[in-house]
Formats: sequence, C-alpha cells, structure tokens
Amino acid sequence: MGGLQKKKYERGSATNYITRNKARKKLQLSLADFRRLCILKGIYPHEPKHKKKVNKGSTAPRTFYLLKDIRFLLHEPIVRKFREYKVFVRKLRKAYGKAEWTGVERLRDNKPGYKLDHIIKERYPTFIDALRDIDDALSMCFLFSTFARTGKCHVQTITLCRRLTVEWMNYVVASRSLQKVFISIKGIYYQADVLGQLITWLVPYQFAHDHPTDVDYRVMATFTEMYTTLFGFINFRLYQTLNLVYPPKLDSKAESELKAEHEEDYAMDSESYLEKLSALSASLARVVATAEEEENQLDQFPADGEDIENMEAREKEQKEQEDQNRLFEGLKFFLNREVPRESLAFILRCFGAEVSWDKSLCIGGTYDVTDETITHQIVDRPDIDKQYINRYYIQPQWVFDSVNAKMCLPVEDYFLGVTLPPHLSPFVEEKDGDYVPPEKLKLMALQRGEKHVQEEEEEEDEDEDDDDDEEEDNDEEDEDLTEEKNLKKMEDQRSQGKTLAVKVTPGKVKPWETGSVGNKVRLEQEEKAEEKRLAIMMMKKKEKYLYDKIMFGKKRTTREANKLAAKRKAHEDTSKAEKKQKKAKKK
Amino acid sequence: IEQGQRPFSDIRNTVGNVPMEWYQDYPHIGYNLDGKKIFKPIRNKDELDEFLDKMENPDYWRTVHDKTTASDIRLTDEQVDLVHRLQKGQFGDVNFNEYEPSVDFFTNEVMIHPVTNRPQDKRSFIPSLIEKEKVSKLVHAIKMGWIKPRKPKETTPQYYDLWAKEDPNAILGRHKMHVPAPKMRLPGHEESYNPPPEYLLTEEERLVWEQQDAEDRKLPFLPQKHSCLRAVPAFSRFIHERFERCLDLYLCPRQRKMRVNVNPEDLIPKLPKPKDLQPFPTTMSLVYRGHTSLVRSISASPTGQWLVSGSDDFTVRFWEVNTGRCMKTLEVGGAVKSVAWNPNPAVCLVAVCFESTVLLLNPSLGDRLVVSSTDQLITSYEPPEEDKEQAVTWALSEGPEHNKGHRLTLTHPKAVKQVVWHGKGDYLSSVMPDNSSNLQVLIHQVSKRRTQNPFRKSKGLVQCVSFHPLRPYFFVATQRYVRIYNLIKQELTKKLMTNCKWISSMAIHPGGDNLICGSYDCRLAWFDLDLSTKPYKMLRHHKKALRGVAFHRNYPLFASGADDGSVIVCHGMVYNDLLQNPLIVPVKVLKGHQITHDLGVLDVTFHPTQPWVFSSGADATIRLFT
Repeated sequence: MGGLQKKKYERGSATNYITRNKARKKLQLSLADFRRLCILKGIYPHEPKHKKKVNKGSTAPRTFYLLKDIRFLLHEPIVRKFREYKVFVRKLRKAYGKAEWTGVERLRDNKPGYKLDHIIKERYPTFIDALRDIDDALSMCFLFSTFARTGKCHVQTITLCRRLTVEWMNYVVASRSLQKVFISIKGIYYQADVLGQLITWLVPYQFAHDHPTDVDYRVMATFTEMYTTLFGFINFRLYQTLNLVYPPKLDSKAESELKAEHEEDYAMDSESYLEKLSALSASLARVVATAEEEENQLDQFPADGEDIENMEAREKEQKEQEDQNRLFEGLKFFLNREVPRESLAFILRCFGAEVSWDKSLCIGGTYDVTDETITHQIVDRPDIDKQYINRYYIQPQWVFDSVNAKMCLPVEDYFLGVTLPPHLSPFVEEKDGDYVPPEKLKLMALQRGEKHVQEEEEEEDEDEDDDDDEEEDNDEEDEDLTEEKNLKKMEDQRSQGKTLAVKVTPGKVKPWETGSVGNKVRLEQEEKAEEKRLAIMMMKKKEKYLYDKIMFGKKRTTREANKLAAKRKAHEDTSKAEKKQKKAKKK
Repeated sequence: IEQGQRPFSDIRNTVGNVPMEWYQDYPHIGYNLDGKKIFKPIRNKDELDEFLDKMENPDYWRTVHDKTTASDIRLTDEQVDLVHRLQKGQFGDVNFNEYEPSVDFFTNEVMIHPVTNRPQDKRSFIPSLIEKEKVSKLVHAIKMGWIKPRKPKETTPQYYDLWAKEDPNAILGRHKMHVPAPKMRLPGHEESYNPPPEYLLTEEERLVWEQQDAEDRKLPFLPQKHSCLRAVPAFSRFIHERFERCLDLYLCPRQRKMRVNVNPEDLIPKLPKPKDLQPFPTTMSLVYRGHTSLVRSISASPTGQWLVSGSDDFTVRFWEVNTGRCMKTLEVGGAVKSVAWNPNPAVCLVAVCFESTVLLLNPSLGDRLVVSSTDQLITSYEPPEEDKEQAVTWALSEGPEHNKGHRLTLTHPKAVKQVVWHGKGDYLSSVMPDNSSNLQVLIHQVSKRRTQNPFRKSKGLVQCVSFHPLRPYFFVATQRYVRIYNLIKQELTKKLMTNCKWISSMAIHPGGDNLICGSYDCRLAWFDLDLSTKPYKMLRHHKKALRGVAFHRNYPLFASGADDGSVIVCHGMVYNDLLQNPLIVPVKVLKGHQITHDLGVLDVTFHPTQPWVFSSGADATIRLFT
C-alpha cells in the first residue's frame, strides 16, 4: 500500500551522469569554451558501468560526464573570464567596424587575461602529483619549442616553451637524473628519475614540421597553455630543491668565460642568454655556494633480518646509480657538426663528461677540435680527413647504448664506417616467455662481467662452441621439464636462434628414452598431463573461460616470440651465406 | 561628324544589332545605307572551300568573316597590330602614354594669398572654456592620484613556489572518482632507428600492414632501419600523434578496469588424483566384431559372462565377454532399437525390441538349470478366466522360432524404441515415443502376461524410462524434464528440470538417490534427488551429443558415450552421509571408436561385477575397456 510510484531513471547511476550537451547547456558555454574548460580543469568523460541504465534505456553512443564534475565546473572563476573575453572580442569588432582606432587601442590594452595558477594548485594538490603528470607536458613543450615562428601559434608560446624546456634540461643536467635514452624513428626518448618519479619524454628531431591540416591547433594550444603554467611552477620548485637560482643564471665563472668571445655575434642580450643556457655547456649559479659535490651517505639504522637485506639492496642500488651518474666523468668529447648537438650535449653533460663543439655551430663551445686532451670525437659520417691518434672517433649511438648499458661499451663496434649493432630499447623488460633479442643477451652477459667472445675470428670454432652451449642448455631444461612440451620445444628453437648455430648436431639420446627408469618418468609425465586435462574438464564455466583466455594470451606471446626467433634465424642464415659467397669469391 | 563618331566602323548593313539568323531564309541579309538590299553571295563556302582557302590563301590568317555583310574582310596591318596589342593587354592606341607625369590639381605649396577673404572667428583666438574645464579635471585627478599612467603589461608569466604550503589532504571530492590518464606506452625495440633485423617487416607483412585500416594495425608505424643517425628523417606523424594524445586526454571516456592477475594454475580445481580412485577402466582390451551396421544397444547378463547386442543389421548377437566370441546370432525382422538382459540372475531372458515388436528371448546360455527354469516359468502361465482387452498382444512362440530362442512376442501398436527391465526381472517397460497420444509407455508383467498403460495423459515426447532399483518409482524422461512417479500411489512425486534441450539417455544410481541424464546438447546432468530438482552438477565434457550413460552397479563409477567417439569414465562417489555432496571426478577418457556418419559411441554399459565398461559404436564394433 501507499507510497509514490517509483519512476525509472530518477535515482541510481542515471542521476550521476550527464551527457555532454546537457553539461554544456548547464554551464551556458559554447562548445569551444566547454572544451577549453575541460582541458584546463582536467575534466574527462567517464564510461559508466551500466551504459544502458545511464542512457535511460537507450543504447545510442553518448559520452557521459560525471554530474559532480560538471557541478564543480559551475563555480570556476575562469568561466567568467571566458565570458569577458567574448565581450571583449565583440567590442573590439565593433570598434574596428566604426574605425575608432583609439578605442581599439584602449580595448587592446585592457584585453582580459586569466591565470591558471589556482587550477594547477587544485588539480595537483601536492608537488609529487604534479611531477607524476608531467610526461605529456614535457613532450608537448618540446614539440612546441621546435615550431617555426610562423602562424601556427603565438610566438610567445613558442619562446616560453623553449625557455621552459631549456630550464628543464639544465635541471636534469644539474641533478644528474637522466636514466635512459632511446633513439626511435619518431624522435629521441629520455627517461629521468626526478625525485623518485620516472619521467619519460619524447623530443622530435630538429626538422621543420610539415604541419598537417587535419589537426586542430587550438586544442593543442590550450593544452600547451596549461602545460606551460604547470611546467613553470614545477621548474621553479625543482630549482629550489637544488638550491639553484630561478630563472636560471649561469655560473659566474662560466659567464665571464663565455662573455669575452661571442658577445658581438648576438644582437640581443636576452636572446643570447637563452642560447647560452641552451648550450648546456656551463653549470648554473646556485643560491648558496656549496661544495661542488656533496656526498650524502645513507644513515645506518640498526635493523634486523629482512630489513638488513633490504637496506643492503638499497645501498647497492644507490651505489649503482652513482656509478651510472659518473659514467662519462673525466672524458672529453667533441661533437662534429653533423651530429644532433643538443641531445648529445645534454646526455653527455648528464653523465659528467666535458663536451664542446665547433665555434660556428653554436655558442658555448669551450675548446677546439685541435685540443689534444679530447678523448672521444663523435662523428656521423663515413670518413673524416684529419684524424688525431689519441682519440676515438665514434658514432653517436655509442653514447646512447653506453648510457642504457650503464657502462662504457667497447668502442670498436662504433668506429667510423662500421655497421652499427642494433639499437635496443631500454624500456623493454622481458618477462620469461618473451622474446629476447640476442644482442640483449650479449649485453646482459657483458654487464655481468663475462668475457665477450670474439665473434669475427674463426666462425667455425665459435659455432661448435655455441653448439656445446646449446646442448648444455638443453640438459638444463630437461631437468626441469614442464608439462607443456610444446612450449619447451619452442624455447629450444629460440635458444638455437640466439646462438648462431645452423648446422645439425648429432642427436644425443635422451636418458629417459632408453632405460626403463626413463620410461617411468615419461609415464609419470603423461599421467600428470592427463590429470590436468581431466581437472580442466571439471572447471566451472566462468573459470574455464578465464583460463582459456589466459592460455590463449600465453600462446599468442609464445607464437610471436617464436616468429621473431625464426625471423632472426632466417636472417642470420642468409647473411652467413652471403659472407661465405664473398669469401669464396675472394679466393 | 559621322566619321568622327565611328572612326573604325564602316556601316554597310543598317539592320543593326539583330541576330543574323533572321535572314536565314532570305536571299539578302540587310540593307545598305542607300536602303538597297544586300544580297548574300550566290554560293556559300563549304568545308572544302574553307580548306582550300586555308591552304592556298596566304592571307587566310588575317581574314575574318563579317557576318553582317556575309563577306570576308582582310585585316590591314594596323588592324592586326591593334589585335596583338589588345591581346597583350595594352592600350589600343599606340600613342597613348599610360605613365604620364601627374599634375596636381592644387599646388602643395602654401600660397601667400588666402583662398577666401573671410576673417577668422573670435573663438579661434580665445582658449576654450569647456576644454579648460576638462583639462583641469584631469589635472586634478592626476594630482589626487586617481589617474595613474598605464603600467606596461607583464607578458612573461610569473612563477613562484605554488606548493609552498601543500596539504596532501586537500584532495577534492571529485578526486575520489578521479581516474588518472594512463601514461604513453613506452617504445619497444621495433621503434628503434636501428632495430634488430627480426623486428623489421618482411615484404608480405608490409603489404598486409599497408592494406590494413589504421585501427587494425598492430604497430602504428612501419619499423625502419637507418644505417646512421644522420639518415633518420623527421617522423611525419609526430604532430598527429601528439594531437591524438591530447584528444585522448580530454575526450576519451575513462573507466577503471580491474585486471585479473591470477595464475592459471590456481584456477584448475584441486581434485583427488585418479590414481587414488582406482579401479576404473583404463585400456581397451577387447573388440567384439561381427555386426555389419551400427550397434544401437548392448546389455550384459547379470552374471557378467555374456553380452547381448542389437544392431541395425537386423541381428541380435550374443557374445562371451571374456573371449570376445560370438556365441549366437539371431536374425530378427527389423533394426534392433534396444536390448535388455533380465537383471534377475535366476531368469535367463533377454528383451529385444525392433519395429513395433518386443521379443523375449531365451538365449540358452549359461546355467542349464536357469535356462530350463526360465522356460518352465514361461510355459507355466495360465490364462486368467476373464480376458481383458490389452494394448499389446502377447504371443507364445512355437516351432522353429522356439528353437531359435524366441519365447514371447509382444506386438505393440506403434514402433518401440526402448525396453527396460525392473530390477526384480518380472516387470518390463517399453517406450513408444509419440507426442500426440497417451500410449507412450507400457509396463508389462511377464509372469502374468499383463500390460498396463500407466499414464492417462501425454506430457511430451518420452525419450526413455527407467525403474527405480529399490523402490517402486518410475522415471520418465521427456525432452526436457524427468518425471518421477510413485507406482503404488500412482502419483507424480517429482519433476526434475534438466536445463537441457533434449535428453537422450538416463541412468539411475544403484543407491537410487542420484540420477544422471545425458543430452544431445553435449551435457550430462547429475541430480541428487534429495538435494533439489535442479541438477547438482552439469558436466560439459563431451564435444558432441551424448548418446548413452551408465552407472556401475557396485563401484562408484559412471560412464558417458558421445558422438565424438569417446567414452568418459567418471568417479561418482555417493556418500551415505546426507550432509556430504556427491564427489564427481573425471578419471579417464577412453577413445577407440571411429566416427562414422557423424556418430560415435551409441551405448555404454558397465560389467555387473568388474570395473569394466562396454561401449557400442556406429563403427559396428563393441569394445570392452578394462
């Protein structure tokens, strides 16, 4: 009895969501302004759990915002600024139409602007939150800083982006927090560990952009507006943590050195200062003059049991980290003019090397080619005329690979005109079952300190060696036979792939195939497999589905890994055959 | 004057600017200045004339046709010149100078003499009062500091320590639902400018990649190898990718998804090892060959020494179990649908059904005493005084048929599909599936040669029936339900929902409290009758339709045969303790039957004493698994 009839869609999830159009109407904003507001405030649509319920029974594709989010936007002071700007545009248009030039000027002077500080603070209540989200900001600013100053966006934005990125790079150099670098076909990836946060960013190659027509630059500009604000505050804070002066100033020592030579080449002082900063060759001025390197030892705490292990592990890690930071310390590099100066100078300086370049290339070179103390010269051309004996001429990939390997790799593979070894991504972490390229295995062996097998001399010998290795491998694997025979077989194939073996080795008789003992083992194994099969039959439908899905995924990864291994093997076969042919021809 | 007005036109035709077609049908095309008709030339030029003219006349290029006078005019040199000039966009007049020095209308120098002689106004000499007022107001305002000079605008943004007073607890309400954007995927080896060779696409892969839609591609780019860093070009889709990321950040609906991170091994249920559940049949030991068509039904004698099989080749064969020898072959008049050996060890009778006949045979196998006592039992029948009308006619076999073993023939009104004995061996039930009538199931009493129709109403197509092994219950399986009737009280006690589409077979646990149902939709349903009318467990072990199910009489085993040619033996332990649910563990998948015409195993039955299972298949064989 009694009570009002419950109506549908008046409670529950239907009331928690709002469609975009309704939200826009509620906020009384145009679509463009709504978009801008969403970008700045970081509001995004949500995918409701029960879409049909939220959509009031309809299954039409709609995007839903959380009603709370939209209510939260209602009180945003920046909405008023948007409206003011709209009014300003209207007034300006009117003044233009009436040719009231003084009016135009006055309006221009009073152009309404807005600040995003409060939004940043609101979106990122703590500094770490902000730092965690800076990846996209970095990539975007690096992209914008490479734009030409024509039309696509405001020149101020471009210069601001450039300034911020230079500040960031200087910070990374000063804090020595760069971890990994990777040359991809898109650009150069960097990963830095800033205050415990792994930050990855992508820098495009220094080319003029072919601006696509199907990209809305207004959206990008709005993002950049937000990102530059965020980025600036983060830079400020980061500089503060290192006791550096913000905006960055060059060290007084470095400044005096630089001043003498190049002053007359640059028209504007401010511009040349940014150039000098972006040269990354000098260290930055500090608020409080401190000792050059302060050693901060971890305090020893009395601990027991596992804590000690943890502590040791941590200490070890830190030591490794420090070692990596001093990777290039004491080395003197010279960059030839054809190598990407900025990225190389950045990386080398991050790891403590001294670096210089040709005077005509950029401001800030500290020594000349003729300097006898140069240890490495980075060259990216097939040959060079005048070579000094007491330095290595290497290709730029050496720097990147060395950083990723956390050790100075042997320079022989990177000499001038040498076919470079493949450049591997440092971001890939192989789980077991994944395909590991043989180069990575070699590198890992090198890192462990094993002696690098001389490859080039006497291939035959090496082949045999490898075969032995392989057999050993097989034995090991036999010992811990898994129930999935196929998988194992595939792995074997892969291990064949990694060693350069091509020829057929005499088959070794497996112990369990001959004796009755072995027979027992096999029987046992078969029994186990059957047991498993029977148990799988008894699984519940839901679990079975999940299990099948997982197994399908596993199988797919192995399949892909096998495919890669097979491809590698085929490639090696062909290259070897080619080599042999060449040899035969020579004879 | 006329010449001055029209310096270039020489009007020969006075008709004016009218379409000349109007004169198409006339010999003339207008009038000259004197008002005389202008006649058309006698003969119009045709194409050939035109061509000859073109070829021969050196002035052809400068000849134009005047439509108004229908005559050709040869342009003079001056006229040709004019045409050239006009074509070039120049002025027609040769002598016209377009760059004439401009002459100001008024001189820019101030003359000493005024243009007008009017004296200047007084107001131009004395300072304006209104202006003075305005200026003094401004001056006052400036003095008072009300007006300040405009500050130059700050263009560079000011940064400061925004998080100087950071409060980690100042997380707004909306952040509860906040789903942080996932980070960009980190690049793999294939994105390297110099990847290992296996990551490069082969020619076919590249073609496939190019033909795929952008959404379907596994890699959004083509891996490329460059010999040196200098050779790496700009990535053409860089801005696109950045832009797409932006779009994802503000347009893409976000949802928190729980990823299951389970070890697949943990999902597999822990079951007791089959080894601990022995004995059960594991290997195929004997194949009984002899039938030439599919073997529909088999049944083992209660002693376990003999096996009877009925096949579509119109024969019933008797086999010795241990040797696989065919002891006897009986030709019957139709494809045998079902055979059933009397479960009473004191009686040696086999029920065989084909077409609309149920035949009771005495195979004369085994103990002589039993055989003769069985014959005696049948002959000792005395017909009752009052003959009741029965649905079935009972006929005693005599003569050669008797010698072949036939004892009684029950002629049914319709085709019989199944016969089944009651545990005591006196009652026999036969099934005549027919959706429309109530005459689907009959129960016969052999000793009294009586037949009853237990049901008044049809409840659907009956698939199979069975007697309860201990109590007077009767199980009837229709397409989707199993009904249990109490034969004494003559009422329905239970109706089991099988959740199957079409039941094929049914078997009852010797304890009588559990039941299994095989169905054509690959499922086997286990019912615990004490528990519920819904299946206690649904087993989907087979890939194809189940044809036969069976329980072992002594051991906790049951088997199911299906069209995929396999027999699956399961351990089905039923505990006397009512609190403990039955334990079902599949223990063995037995394979051996070939699949013929999409049919595999048609019937399974257990040996009455040993843990052996017989299966008959569509490949005309019977197999024994021990």
